[in-house]
Amino acid sequence: MHIPDGFLSTPVWAALDVAAAPAAAAMTRLAQRGFDEKRVPLLGVMGAFVFAAQMINFPVGAGTSGHLVGGALLAMSLGPAAASVVMTAILAIQALVFQDGGILALGANVFNMAIGGVLAGYLPYHLWGAGRGRRVAVFLGGFLSVLVAAVLALAELQLSGIAMPAALLGVSLGLFVVSAVLEGAITLAVFQAMETLHPDFVRQPAGNRSRTLGGLGLAAVLLAVVGVWFASASPDGLERLAENLGIAGRAKAFLPTPLAGYQAGFIQAAWLRKAAAGLTGLALIYAACALFGRWLAPSRQRSA
Amino acid sequence: MNPVIEARDLRFQYDDGTVALRGVDFRLYPGETVAVFGANGSGKTTFVLHLNGLLEGQGSVEVCGLPVAKQNLAKIRQKVGIVFQDSDDQLFMPTVLEDVTFGPLNLGLTPEAAFERAHRALHQVGIDEAAAKAPYHLSAGQKKRVAIAGILAMEPEILVLDEPTTFLDPPGQHALAELLRGLPQAKLLVTHDVEFAAALADRAVFFEKGRIAGEGTVAQVIERFGWSRAVIPSTG
Amino acid sequence: MHHVVLEQWSRGQSFLHARDARAKIPAVLGFLILVATAPAHFEPLALICFLLLIAGLAAARLPVMAALRRAGVVLPFCAAFAAISFLAGEPRRALSLLEKSYLSALAVLLLVGTTPMPQLLRGLDSLGAPRFLLMVAQFLYRYLFVISEQAQHMRMAGRCRGGLAGRRARFRAAAGALAVLFSRSYERAEKIHRSMLSRGFDGRIPVLAAAGFQALDAAFLAAWLSVCLLLRSAA
Ligand SMILES: Nc1ncnc2c1ncn2[C@@H]1O[C@H](COP(=O)(O)OP(=O)(O)OP(=O)(O)O)[C@@H](O)[C@H]1O
Ligand SMILES: [Mg+2]
Repeated sequence: MHIPDGFLSTPVWAALDVAAAPAAAAMTRLAQRGFDEKRVPLLGVMGAFVFAAQMINFPVGAGTSGHLVGGALLAMSLGPAAASVVMTAILAIQALVFQDGGILALGANVFNMAIGGVLAGYLPYHLWGAGRGRRVAVFLGGFLSVLVAAVLALAELQLSGIAMPAALLGVSLGLFVVSAVLEGAITLAVFQAMETLHPDFVRQPAGNRSRTLGGLGLAAVLLAVVGVWFASASPDGLERLAENLGIAGRAKAFLPTPLAGYQAGFIQAAWLRKAAAGLTGLALIYAACALFGRWLAPSRQRSA
Repeated sequence: MNPVIEARDLRFQYDDGTVALRGVDFRLYPGETVAVFGANGSGKTTFVLHLNGLLEGQGSVEVCGLPVAKQNLAKIRQKVGIVFQDSDDQLFMPTVLEDVTFGPLNLGLTPEAAFERAHRALHQVGIDEAAAKAPYHLSAGQKKRVAIAGILAMEPEILVLDEPTTFLDPPGQHALAELLRGLPQAKLLVTHDVEFAAALADRAVFFEKGRIAGEGTVAQVIERFGWSRAVIPSTG
Repeated sequence: MHHVVLEQWSRGQSFLHARDARAKIPAVLGFLILVATAPAHFEPLALICFLLLIAGLAAARLPVMAALRRAGVVLPFCAAFAAISFLAGEPRRALSLLEKSYLSALAVLLLVGTTPMPQLLRGLDSLGAPRFLLMVAQFLYRYLFVISEQAQHMRMAGRCRGGLAGRRARFRAAAGALAVLFSRSYERAEKIHRSMLSRGFDGRIPVLAAAGFQALDAAFLAAWLSVCLLLRSAA
């Protein structure tokens, strides 16, 4: 689910942009390190592959068909960091060229699909991909990659105050589960076909089982669980939630008085406040990118 | 005269165990054009990939007296320009001009010098007007010309073309032959196109199962190995 | 295909085409923020924004109707959520969802329709986006067409052969086709890498410096952002 612009409330998209920028930068750095650095073309062509894969239909029954989403499959073949970079590039091209997903919402989409979805999709393979439960792990990876991304998106929409009646929520969760099962089945089928074609196409997870990776994957899944809980609690968005929890009141109390006075004067107009918030968000994103760019600089010299 | 390329007893095996070259001996002299024939899978492309060190087998390859080895690769890749079969593999930059300047910039030229070479090369292959275009908007023949321009801009001493006529229509093939005839470099043409080879090559070699099974003039090789569909008319 | 049309649009000539990507990107971001932060009932503002974008399209000499249709790809998704909001008793939000997402999509279309992808990526590069990611995006965009074409061929071949097979067999066949497509893409990447090495690639893709950021670009950006601020304050 690609969230377009105009759906998320300003705090939500701004926060997710701020969160996704360094996360994507870290993934980029990892992908550059863990991968033969001269393989920029490989990741690019694999992105084109995922795009093109959507043209191949998988029959589901009742005259409908589905297609590969690809995050988990990429993670199991190229590794999670590289998969994350590829998915981020895909989302950027989709937003720019195909108007599929927004620009301000790019952070949210990257967070859901390229980070959360990919990490969650790799987790089962990471844990059980080497053992007898391999097939189950591959299926579960595809399943989780779609479900986690969809649930995160749903939670963000709810946070933004797009209310959804409980009945509809149940229906959409059901739909998510169906498409997640489909992705699991497709991922497994393609994975097996790939492995038969050339064993090197898939990664063997046994050797390098890092704790961090497992932890991150688990965190993504947990986040999605929280998302479900949150969505089913069905609060009317962030503001109502903050009100309910009393955060708003407390935050006001904590604000030092000079700023409060300032607020009364200069930042009186609501639009100005919001614009300021938006600009601050952008500035933060920019700063984060610039910082990570600096941090990346040595490796960038070599490989870009 | 010293050969510009000299391969001695070159052998190569792919990772999956396929033995692709079983002792190739070959020489290319300055200014000459040699056609390379052989069945599909006989090792022609594999051989070509050894000429600038993209693959490394046993035996030896020397380019202008330099052994193809890690420390010489940068120099050798400047001397040997390879035009690959599928132009799409070669035109990876977003615009034609950027693609043609890719090589010169890697050689360490300034952007100005690289631009100048690129424009000269594009002019040489006769498509100056395409400089600002994106590669995917070009026809197959134009793509091939740009790919050749990308190599010419590096000013190599040896041109290697792997199946240059595939995807080209007859006028495109004719134009390519004219273009190549006008270039002074030593040339190696890997091709299944007998007429094209006959029009350009001074000599031909025939690959069979990873070896050079025979050589001679184009007509001799064709006759000896029965290498044509029908009668062989020469395009003069 | 969609991106081929956009590609043609972006190679046109107009005042907007001539502006530096480093001016157009922040300009569009400013506009998107204006739309995103507008209150739920902003019909007059929406109308003005809409007219502004149409003026932009016209100034860029892009086919206005085609662009309006193209931006409409966001509508089905939005319509679903708008319906939900409507049923939940928030007709205003429903309308604003549609307006905001459509206007945003149209603005992005105006940017991409007047800026060729290489310039856009170069602009993002000089605005600080990670270069490795941009390079991946560049290769992705370049080979989108090539790989899609292969997929198209496979789909046709699959149709020719598998018309009568059962669902399970067709599912398998599709998986096989994707595996082959993966393997071809892999080979393709390998060959590209080889051809890069042949031309002296040492791990660094040379990036041509962007042309200078002119006073006109700065003036354009300033004027555009002022209009956005002005509109925002009026809402
Ligand atoms: N990457 C590879 N891995 C394994 N085997 C390979 C690889 N590339 C080529 N081969 C094998 O090596 C042999 C020689 O292949 P090569 O591509 O050199 O043939 P060729 O003479 O160029 O054929 P064609 O006329 O079809 O281009 C073939 O048996 C081929 O299957
Ligand atoms: Mg070959």
